[in-house]
Amino acid sequence: MSLEQRIAIGMADSAPRMVKAAPRLSGSLVFTTLVFLALLAAALALPFLVKGFMVFQLTMVMIYAIAIMGLNLLTGFNGQFSLGHSAFFAVGAYTTAILMDRYDAGFLITLPAAAIIAFALGVLIGLPALRLENIYLALATFSLAAVTPQLLKLTPMEGLTGGVQGIALVKPDAPFSLPLSQDQWLYLVTLATGLILYALAVNIVRSRTGRALMAIRENPIAARAMGIDIAAYKTLIFGVSAMFTGVAGALSAVTVSFVAPDSFTLSLSVALLVGLVVGGVAWLPGALVGGAFILFVPNLADRVSQGLSGAVYGVILLLAIYLMPSGASGIWRVAEDIIGRWRKQE
Amino acid sequence: MELLTQQLLSGIASGAIYALMALAVVMIYQTIRHLNFAQGEMAMFSTFVAWQLMAWGMPYWAAFLATVALSFIGGVVVERVVFRPLRNAPELAHIAVFIALFAIFSSLAGFIWDFTIRPFPTPFGRAPFLGSGLISVHQAGMIGVTLALVVLLYGFFRYTRLGLAMRAAAENPASARLVGIRVGWITALGWGMAAAIGAVAGMLIAPVVFLEPHMMLAILLYGFAGAVLGGLTSPGGAVLGGFAVGVVESLAGTYIPVVGSELKLPIALLLIVLVLVVKPSGLFGRVVVRRV
Repeated sequence: MSLEQRIAIGMADSAPRMVKAAPRLSGSLVFTTLVFLALLAAALALPFLVKGFMVFQLTMVMIYAIAIMGLNLLTGFNGQFSLGHSAFFAVGAYTTAILMDRYDAGFLITLPAAAIIAFALGVLIGLPALRLENIYLALATFSLAAVTPQLLKLTPMEGLTGGVQGIALVKPDAPFSLPLSQDQWLYLVTLATGLILYALAVNIVRSRTGRALMAIRENPIAARAMGIDIAAYKTLIFGVSAMFTGVAGALSAVTVSFVAPDSFTLSLSVALLVGLVVGGVAWLPGALVGGAFILFVPNLADRVSQGLSGAVYGVILLLAIYLMPSGASGIWRVAEDIIGRWRKQE
Repeated sequence: MELLTQQLLSGIASGAIYALMALAVVMIYQTIRHLNFAQGEMAMFSTFVAWQLMAWGMPYWAAFLATVALSFIGGVVVERVVFRPLRNAPELAHIAVFIALFAIFSSLAGFIWDFTIRPFPTPFGRAPFLGSGLISVHQAGMIGVTLALVVLLYGFFRYTRLGLAMRAAAENPASARLVGIRVGWITALGWGMAAAIGAVAGMLIAPVVFLEPHMMLAILLYGFAGAVLGGLTSPGGAVLGGFAVGVVESLAGTYIPVVGSELKLPIALLLIVLVLVVKPSGLFGRVVVRRV
């Protein structure tokens, strides 16, 4: 090979790669809308088609999905890594539990309360987090997750939190004596909350705020040079992310009808993170896939082998990552691609 | 005063183990820029292997060396089989892989050796060290082995060709590859060494915390804390960080009244977060300056 040839190859290599344009045809939009409507119809019909326990499980899938969506706003879109989301989940859950148990509040009223308190806590945590990046932020938020169960168990707080015992709740009945079981009612409430929050998340991501968040993720210095107030956006999204997760926690408190410190350990944070990765980073609908993964796969692993359930879970997770390194979002993109091409050919 | 000395010394002794875990964490961090969440479970698994070898009648030190060698091979295999194919996957996928490894090792150990708590032998004995009653011979041994290992590693990185190659690969993988260093294998070597160091830590701490599948959980956390406190880019800093965490943990548990044993971990972590807020890249870490 001559020197010229080598240089030419080198140059071709270093030339900016052609970015493959995603097929943003109207076909893809129609496809997306159709899938969304079909999913919505299925989601509305499901609680009337399956048995009680399955309704409970599906509710939990949506609850995890809401929490993962919150984590995705922070980690996926803003690049801030958090292992502390179990704390926000706990705050939401305990807000609802305390309001319902100690103050006899109605379940639906406690949701905004949980959202506000989790948001405030998120902003508070987000402020020191401004100083920390990557691994350091991971360690700081990790500490938050490690502290939370211990704080909830503290004796001085026992009057409020019930200490180690936790608080048992009663599932609310459907209002206006609608012919719904408690589980079905909770399912529908969760579905509605999830849709509202999904719409909120999509709007955040597609707005000026969303672009600012992603610019900060890609390169904070360049973002600042463009006039983006990094501190404000980072703190804000920490709060919003915590709010999503807090609402998820509030919903879970009622759905499980029990809160206790040991439900909100680090393993919950880790599960949410796994859900985020499996669903796809920076792809909001992936949260549902992630939620389903973290709810059903451990059960499945248990059924395969009682003694080795952890290993089976690990292997399934490894396989999932091997097959789709960028999560369910990768598969979705391939599907969109195929549909786009197929429509073009017609 | 005697209480203070005793707590200081026992903090240094447990700090020795945290320092080893911190060192193992930094070994892998240097090559792939990630904290290995499964490090503790890998060390626990190695310790079980050592226990099994001794149960089959091997003398302590033979089992010790065999375990270190096996762990080294195991670490290399994990890197080759699990991580190599995913080296271009997104960052968060790596973290999920660590979580998967964690689940696999923890569950395998529980399945093979079950969850009963077993004693683990110490080669040093449990008599008080030099008759002082402040620390036991085993604790002194923990400190001694850690320091010896640190000196060995320092010599390896400072004076051998391979050590130099590893430092080069960590510093700048692209340039290292251009001068003929096989960066892929260096990464595998880093994993092997991390696994071997973890195995030493596991075997040293097992006589204190007893052998069971969850034994390394808290220890790894302290190891992380030590590594981050010292600065993840500095092996020496990680060792000092590990010792510091041990001392802080021991003193906080004794002298801060509300803390007790329940809140020891959160307090240690809180202190570290405070340090990080003031010095975001750790006490001895390099501040990374990036071009835009």
